[in-house]
Amino acid sequence: MSESPTPTENTPPAFFDEMVQLGGEPRKGMEQLASWMVEAPRDMLKIRQTEAENLFRRIGITFAVYGEGGDPERLIPFDIVPRILLASEWAFMSRGLEQRVKALNMFLHDVYHDRNIIRAGVIPENLVLQNKAYLPEMRGVTVPGGVYTHIAGIDLVRTGAEEFYVLEDNTRTPSGVSYMLQNREVMMRLFPEMFNSHQVAPVERYPEDLLASLKTVAPPTCEGDPTVVVLSPGLYNSAYYEHTFLADKMGIELVEGQDLFVKDNTVFMRTTQGPERVDVIYKRLDDDFIDPLAFRADSSLGVPGLMNVYRSGGVTITNAVGGGIADDKAIYMYVPDMIKFYLDEEPILKNVPTYWCARDDDYKYVLDHLEELVVKEVAGSGGYGMLVGPASTKEEREAYALRIKADPAEFIAQPTLSLSTCPTFVADGYAPRHVDLRPFVLVGADKVRLVPGGLTRVAMRAGSLVVNSSQGGGTKDTWILEDSLNLGGANA
Amino acid sequence: MLSRTAASLYWVGRYMERAENLARILEVGYRMSQMPDLEAGGTRNEWPSSAVAAACEDGLIEKHGEANLDTVLSYIALDPENPSSIHACLETARTNARAVRTAVTSEMWESLNDTWLEFNGQWRKSLKKDNLLSFLDWVKTRSTIFRGAMSGTMLRDEPYAFINVGTFIERTENTARILDVKFHVLLPQGESIGGSVDYYQWATVLRSVSALGSYHWVYRDAIKPWQVAELLILKKEMPRSLVYTLSQVSYYLNQIGDGHGRRYDSQRLAGKLHSELDFSKVDDIFQDGLHEYLDKFLVRNNKLGVAIAEDFHFYL
Repeated sequence: MSESPTPTENTPPAFFDEMVQLGGEPRKGMEQLASWMVEAPRDMLKIRQTEAENLFRRIGITFAVYGEGGDPERLIPFDIVPRILLASEWAFMSRGLEQRVKALNMFLHDVYHDRNIIRAGVIPENLVLQNKAYLPEMRGVTVPGGVYTHIAGIDLVRTGAEEFYVLEDNTRTPSGVSYMLQNREVMMRLFPEMFNSHQVAPVERYPEDLLASLKTVAPPTCEGDPTVVVLSPGLYNSAYYEHTFLADKMGIELVEGQDLFVKDNTVFMRTTQGPERVDVIYKRLDDDFIDPLAFRADSSLGVPGLMNVYRSGGVTITNAVGGGIADDKAIYMYVPDMIKFYLDEEPILKNVPTYWCARDDDYKYVLDHLEELVVKEVAGSGGYGMLVGPASTKEEREAYALRIKADPAEFIAQPTLSLSTCPTFVADGYAPRHVDLRPFVLVGADKVRLVPGGLTRVAMRAGSLVVNSSQGGGTKDTWILEDSLNLGGANA
Repeated sequence: MLSRTAASLYWVGRYMERAENLARILEVGYRMSQMPDLEAGGTRNEWPSSAVAAACEDGLIEKHGEANLDTVLSYIALDPENPSSIHACLETARTNARAVRTAVTSEMWESLNDTWLEFNGQWRKSLKKDNLLSFLDWVKTRSTIFRGAMSGTMLRDEPYAFINVGTFIERTENTARILDVKFHVLLPQGESIGGSVDYYQWATVLRSVSALGSYHWVYRDAIKPWQVAELLILKKEMPRSLVYTLSQVSYYLNQIGDGHGRRYDSQRLAGKLHSELDFSKVDDIFQDGLHEYLDKFLVRNNKLGVAIAEDFHFYL
């Protein structure tokens, strides 16, 4: 069966398409890409698709999922059809993103200090203080610039021309930015002619922005140019490629726990010349593992004594320890309230309506409507442990209902959104596939930095709404078109 | 730089160099084994001497009983469990580079990654007796490409110095070993030292380190053992001679020491070893016998390796 860019029976016209309007005409700004897609010979595209895979394999851009069998150095599928966003759309999104990360950071400072938002009754106390992601070790700790989430990955989905929803806030160790950058590299290598005909906003400055941003949060005790390092769990971590990539592009050391040690309330790295002081640690491992003396005693990935130095301000850790409380799926429900509470502004980006089974009305509604809802574990991530109602069997729903009944507070549910689709190059030609977008927001002590674009993830299977790379999702290059870019907007 | 990074770079240098030298050693063995053996009415089996030169003899005998073309192929070229096989060298070089991706350039990483993928994807399954020479050429070419990527793209800083220290200390060891192959190869009965078989064997040693042309250029003379030894041990102009490779080890160690503003034990050892060679004559070497000389040399070179690891905290 040959699929065309127009919606087919797999995707009823109810889905908004990023490129094609109802009736098959390209949307404004997408005309050139659409006609290129029609004219480009399929054979050539197949060859380029293979070339792209070879490039990824060769550069070593792999995503490892260990302990599940299969290829330990798996490639994330890459689609050669870019996803285009207009400058006006991006300007809107970036304003919303900036607003959201500001509120999230203020929330984190607040819950570890005065807890005004709890005292004002905006967020239930239990939801914060009883939460596993809330770390008492962080109470009263003052972090430089009041920044907790230095790098935020905010997952956005779209359901209509002007309908953008935040699906999830990632405030711990969001990954994927290396794919955003490498997707662009690969596209520029494979289809240079497309960049002549489109004014694509460059994303290359991300690593510089990141380093600049990290330097602004150096501890007050730091004199001169701060020493920044990337802390990785090592070779066997699924995002190890990204850790090396970022350290390399920033020109800083990529360290593992064994390379660091604590002495005289200072963190040092072991070098060929002896110890060297470290000021800022861009941490890419979970809080649990960073210090065996403070958290998991069995962690060999961490640095004994690190938490003490951190708490007393001798080193900055990014993202801040304990920041996970802000991306908890139950806390997510309250982000619009946070924006109103801390900034006294109306939220620019919408939340997906969310039911929390700890609330009686929601609990009943969820159990009665499992067939229509996506149910997630509050503590889950990466698309694991979900129930996608419309795609589930009766048995699966019954089994899941038992889990909800056993511990209602551990589950939230959302309506299945009509995620937008984007034409994607599949075996038989182009077909619409659902996409989301993860822009990366950098928060420094001085300002918020945002490169135009983000990582577009695409569900490679027809009809699937799951875009997570750990669930077989792929990625696309994301283009913000400059020709209509409103310079001086949110990015300035 | 991080000690762990320095150690990994040093081993990347050593393993890529070792892979190349293993290919060179196997090439000597292959060519020598093609010499007719008039007595036996066939060709000669010179594979045990190759196994000795590759420092793989004990492991090979234990696993396969005897050294012949088949067992050498499977143990020295292909065996992942033999830490000194070409397979293990290419894989370990790549793993070490992957662990320190930030310290090597993308061209270097891509050359190592390509090498491993090609080995693992093709050679591992297709390597047979009849394409052995193509394989050995391929290994040498891959090592050359890696060195080219390194020399063309890497900053001349501490990481570059460490990878070179590893490369040259490994090459020092291997040149000594390759030269020593000749000692382990027996002349057939009835053949005299200086006879045609002896001549052929020395020529093969030269060829294996790509020095046959250089020999003629330097000596304008027939191949004579003491001149071969002189070329591979004492000639400063020879890129694989002991005196040259040690000058490089010493040079890069000094760079590191100077950068650190101090003087390390390994610098002292390397300098001493190098200047002894620098002031030696070939007669000194042959006084106790070439084999004995090389034996002692290998012990001292090994001590130098240990001192490097200690000076820069390679063992965490």
